[in-house]
Amino acid sequence: MLHIKCPHCGMRSQNEFSYGGDASVKRPELGKDISDQDWNNFVYNRKSLRGKHWELWQHLAGCRQWIKVERDTGSHEIFKTLKAEEEIS
Amino acid sequence: MTQSFRLKDVGLINRNKKLSFKFNGKKYYGYEGDSLASALIANGVHLIGRSFKYHRPRGFFGAGVDEPYAIVQLYRNGETEPNIKATEQELFDGLEAKSVNCWPSVNFDIGAINNFLRIFLPAGFYYKTFMWPKSFWYKIYEPFIRKAAGLGTASIKHDKERYEHKYEYCDLLIAGSGPSGLASAYAAAKNGARVILAEDKSRFGGTLLTSEVNIGNKSGKEWADGIISELKEMPNVTVKNRSQVFGYYDHNMLVMSERVSDHLPKTKEFHPKQRLWYIRAKEVLISSGSIERPIVFGNNDTPGVMLSSAAKEYMKVYGVLVGKNPLIFTNNDSGYETAIEFKKNGVDPLILDTRSNPNSEIINEAKDLNVKIKNSYVVVAAQGYKKVKSADIAKISEDKEQLGTIENVKCDCICVSGFWTPTIHLASQSGNKTKFNEEIDAFVPRKSKQNEKTLGAANGIYTLEETLKDSFEAGHEVSKKITNNENRVSFPNVVEKKSSIHDKFWCVPLPKGKNYKRFLDFQNDVAVSDIEIALREGYRSIEHVKRYTTLGMATDQGKTSNLNGLQLVSKIENKVVPAVGHTTFRPPYTPVSIGAIVGREVGKHSKPTRKSPMHSWHEKNNAVFVDAGVWLRPRYYKRGNEDLFEASKREAKNVRTNVGVCDVTTLGKIDIKGPDAAELLNRVYTNAWLKLPVGKARYGVMLREDGIVMDDGTTTRISENHYHMTTTTAQAANVLSHLEYYLQLVWPELNVNVVSSTEQWAGAAIAGPKSRNLLQKLFPNSDVSNEGLPFMGYMEGDLFGVKARIFRISFSGELAYEVNVESNNGNFMWEKIIEVGEQFKIQPYGTEALSTLRIEMGHVAGSELDGRTIPYDNSLEGLLSKKKDFIGKRSLSRKAFIAEDRQKVVGVVPLDKKTSIPEGSHLVKDSKAPSPNPKLGYISASCWSVEYDNPFSLAILKDGKNMIGEKLFVMSPLKNKIIPVEIVSSHYVDPKGERVRS
Ligand SMILES: [Zn+2]
Repeated sequence: MLHIKCPHCGMRSQNEFSYGGDASVKRPELGKDISDQDWNNFVYNRKSLRGKHWELWQHLAGCRQWIKVERDTGSHEIFKTLKAEEEIS
Repeated sequence: MTQSFRLKDVGLINRNKKLSFKFNGKKYYGYEGDSLASALIANGVHLIGRSFKYHRPRGFFGAGVDEPYAIVQLYRNGETEPNIKATEQELFDGLEAKSVNCWPSVNFDIGAINNFLRIFLPAGFYYKTFMWPKSFWYKIYEPFIRKAAGLGTASIKHDKERYEHKYEYCDLLIAGSGPSGLASAYAAAKNGARVILAEDKSRFGGTLLTSEVNIGNKSGKEWADGIISELKEMPNVTVKNRSQVFGYYDHNMLVMSERVSDHLPKTKEFHPKQRLWYIRAKEVLISSGSIERPIVFGNNDTPGVMLSSAAKEYMKVYGVLVGKNPLIFTNNDSGYETAIEFKKNGVDPLILDTRSNPNSEIINEAKDLNVKIKNSYVVVAAQGYKKVKSADIAKISEDKEQLGTIENVKCDCICVSGFWTPTIHLASQSGNKTKFNEEIDAFVPRKSKQNEKTLGAANGIYTLEETLKDSFEAGHEVSKKITNNENRVSFPNVVEKKSSIHDKFWCVPLPKGKNYKRFLDFQNDVAVSDIEIALREGYRSIEHVKRYTTLGMATDQGKTSNLNGLQLVSKIENKVVPAVGHTTFRPPYTPVSIGAIVGREVGKHSKPTRKSPMHSWHEKNNAVFVDAGVWLRPRYYKRGNEDLFEASKREAKNVRTNVGVCDVTTLGKIDIKGPDAAELLNRVYTNAWLKLPVGKARYGVMLREDGIVMDDGTTTRISENHYHMTTTTAQAANVLSHLEYYLQLVWPELNVNVVSSTEQWAGAAIAGPKSRNLLQKLFPNSDVSNEGLPFMGYMEGDLFGVKARIFRISFSGELAYEVNVESNNGNFMWEKIIEVGEQFKIQPYGTEALSTLRIEMGHVAGSELDGRTIPYDNSLEGLLSKKKDFIGKRSLSRKAFIAEDRQKVVGVVPLDKKTSIPEGSHLVKDSKAPSPNPKLGYISASCWSVEYDNPFSLAILKDGKNMIGEKLFVMSPLKNKIIPVEIVSSHYVDPKGERVRS
């Protein structure tokens, strides 16, 4: 079970969180024209990376905040966690 | 029966406490402190079971966790448990155990015929033999295998024992209380670290209990006892025996199973039987020791062949002789220690040493005691069927290929030592890449991925002095990292006998003309010949060889067999062992009971049950409940002998003619506040929300980004910046997360807060033509007329002194209201509604009637909004705003979603107006078409229309828009039904929606 540092609550066990996928995906702006291809990429296409990866988790059974987690998908090492509003560096 | 193999005055057992127990129905005696194994051996019982595949007789091979044979079915306090190792089970008064794998009995076992048929049962025999002919599988092979195989019987009774889970954090977890565990725990604890020391046996000390050493002028055992009692007194230390750390998971989380009560005849009141510990440790020291490995020779599975260290442990710990005429077969000095112990207890052993001329302190001691030793000698084969009677032995050439003349010597046990294999399971599970240590012919841990370090024998260090030095140092260093303290403990003086190097010999060649089975894996009956076949058939990867032959796949996970298996593969393949590699070590290290894994989450505890504040009223009024997620909801209220069908029809009918009340507390509720709340709703819902006035509710549909309907419900504007959203019962949690996602990550600029208020409100839906009359009586001071509270209106009211929210919304399609009060007042509200409603013939109605009402009205719900449908499919396209963007809108222009013949919800009526239509049935054009018959759609929900008194269903049907009036067939192969039906509008009752506005 992973040990995730919630930027709001501190170190917590994985079972308090739920996984939210790739954190680098940006939702297209509302009301803007977008090609079918770009929309499809946003909705469906995700890389399945091995290695360092920024992903979203929600501290569901805690502060309910969505957070950004930089994790190695192979080793499960977590390098950094950020609040929702903090930019991935 | 007397304990004829029990030694006088030796061992750590309590001879003042005699215990009686039964094995296979026969009564025996042992002592407190015995294991089931030691007590059986003391009584001369050596036949304990039959092997898995060939049903060969099985005795004891080890004395602990490595035991591959002695697996029994245990009976304790009216319960039974399979897969118990007799070597690990502590004896208690009244214990009962039975052999497994024997049918009809351990002495006459019909499956042993496999032993004589074994040429038909080589490696991969399951894959080959039983594949053909196919028809034989169900009738002959499968029942035979079922009857003959298995490692015991699981109880089918409810387990009344209690199991617990515990979460713990510590600075340092130490797995194993042998010399390295004790030394490191002591050094770390004295340096201020919070330490957990775990030992899987009941006694602390590991090898110190059986080795002849001296630490600080004390015997090994005295030193261990001293350390343990000091540790137990320290507030920063938790010392746990009977606790096996069996799994090493990510981020230094380890799981340990504590056998709290298994050693007692009965679990004490308020105690669990077992406790599972989830331990998050900053640092881990693995001091799991090593396991002696066997040397492979003919018939090496005969009862009486066992590990030499086990023989020594039975003598020194339990005061039990494993034989009175022992043969010791060794390639290293460990066998001599066992021989010396035999000699001290008045028994004359014979040592066969594979080495030609070994020399060491230990060997000299044995020689001084006049122990008989034959150098360059091997055991070729054990003789005897149910117990070793003699051994064929021979001289072996220097190159270990040629056997000399075979001699037969009488013996009643063969104690084998093929040197030591470090227990690296936990280290390997942690992600540690192991390396092969040539000096000890075994794998040891290499680089740690996590904060762990392996010490002592588990790290391939076999001298006590070096082990203790390393371990004191490691305990100090690791604790210093955490506490920054510098309190060192002094290193004690260590006296131990020096040993000479071992011989890398592990397998005795077959003599000419003999075809003895030479076993590698004793639990799964994998022999040398099986591995040879696997390799001949082209299996190369050790992982494939393992699966094809089942080497190391039994419940002992190959603790005694893995390395010899690798040696064999490397020899045949002409590779070095590290090039062959080893298979993956996976948790658990030892079997863990299902009870411990499940913990307290059994029965209704597996998920908390949620009840509405009106639950007790429902109970008192004969409600029959149904699980709705974790909620319990009344399905119907039973009157007299009514069944579900009759009751729900009565309840639904009463809503259509008078008035009914339904508990809707379970609906998800989300409180939304903030200046941008309307903007949020406008983006989340498909319809327009910016102009909803205060005091008005609106129905809305929300989509996922892929255009699929996520949920629906009404949201009411309570005040300027305050909205009350309702969701379906099932989607409540998902919708909240969904809103939080967009607010926190996508549109953080929106100034809105959302919070679940499901528990804060009790809800009652009042529905039916007389509902307004009832409402007037409930709220005499409020104007609830059609003008005062129009359809989709909202007001606050005073319900006999209780503040209430009144929504004019309808799910049933009738004139209806929903009243919410604070949960505390829920029951009060409900009772008032029933009491006042009596004059209007009110009846409570359950979820079944609720379904009937919504289905015949054509209101879509969970069975249509099933994660596969878009708004159009549910005839909700009228709610799609063309003027604004919203979540999922862009997906709705996908080609498949705008196809002319896109599926759509329709109504379905059987032509005979009688036959009920099973939910999930398919709709087809031609009932006689050859299969696969093209499916046009499926029945999503069915009811008995109370309005028309005939069956009615909703269906999602291809080109549903143009199918109204068509005649199709409903096919249900499951229910074996073919029903001719007519497709009608989904709005079967009141298609214009006049009632809700009346
Ligand atoms: Zn948090």
